[in-house]
Amino acid sequence: MAAPLLEAPRSTPYRRSTSRRSNYEMYSWLFMRLSGAVLAVLVIGHLFVNLMVGDGINGLDFGFVAGKWASPFWQVWDLAMLWLAMIHGSNGVRTIINDYTQRDTTRMVLKTLLAVALVFTVVLGTLVIFTFEPCPVGPDGALLTGAPSFCAG
Amino acid sequence: MATETRTRSVVPKGTLYRGREGMWSWVAHRITGLLIFVFLLVHVLDTSLVRVAPEAYNVVIETYKNPVVGLGEAGLVGAVLFHAFNGIRVMLVDFWSGGPKYHRQMLWAVGALWVLLMVPFLVRHLSHVFGG
Repeated sequence: MAAPLLEAPRSTPYRRSTSRRSNYEMYSWLFMRLSGAVLAVLVIGHLFVNLMVGDGINGLDFGFVAGKWASPFWQVWDLAMLWLAMIHGSNGVRTIINDYTQRDTTRMVLKTLLAVALVFTVVLGTLVIFTFEPCPVGPDGALLTGAPSFCAG
Repeated sequence: MATETRTRSVVPKGTLYRGREGMWSWVAHRITGLLIFVFLLVHVLDTSLVRVAPEAYNVVIETYKNPVVGLGEAGLVGAVLFHAFNGIRVMLVDFWSGGPKYHRQMLWAVGALWVLLMVPFLVRHLSHVFGG
């Protein structure tokens, strides 16, 4: 007599693996740490160059910005800082909203506002960095007032 | 007749959770993070004025050059430095095997590093703000 054929336990329709679950929150957690490490360097470097070197806060004007963004180094630096800081900050505020809002409607409204602020600020900042003109001229072809002195030379 | 035992009345300590260094650093991390985020939105907007006209940017930046905004900037830098160093502490707690054991000592290290950088920064920045 042949041994009875045993079915593997709980083969169907049960599914014991949780692999279908999304790992979204784990990646969000990991992103906060990775971007945070990079941002610590980018932001402290930004503060040091703008507030400690030269005339510090008194040296800030259009010419200062133009001098920095004439170099691709600072364009890339500021672009990376903009994107990482905005996503890192929005993700942090998302956590705060999730923690403290009780009504579904309030949570939805606040997160929508947050998403709009994130997209608007990142798009605006990116366009400004890429379309920046250090020596802007008016319709008559003359340099605009306030243009840095290196434009005249 | 049983002697009435004297009960010791216990004064409730209150219901506010005071989680010492761990909780207060978490609270400070949230508050500084939110402050920095709000500043960042304004900062991208005002910097975008460089795309309007040099004069537009210079006029707005000039209005920032007063003691009130100058002290605000000092507060902002203090918030950024705390958030950065405490963030590194959080990463060490999460990824370093000794992290959870030494998280209190690391918060004191965050404080020490913060003071070490804030002192020279404040000397320089406040002399720009108040020195004209």
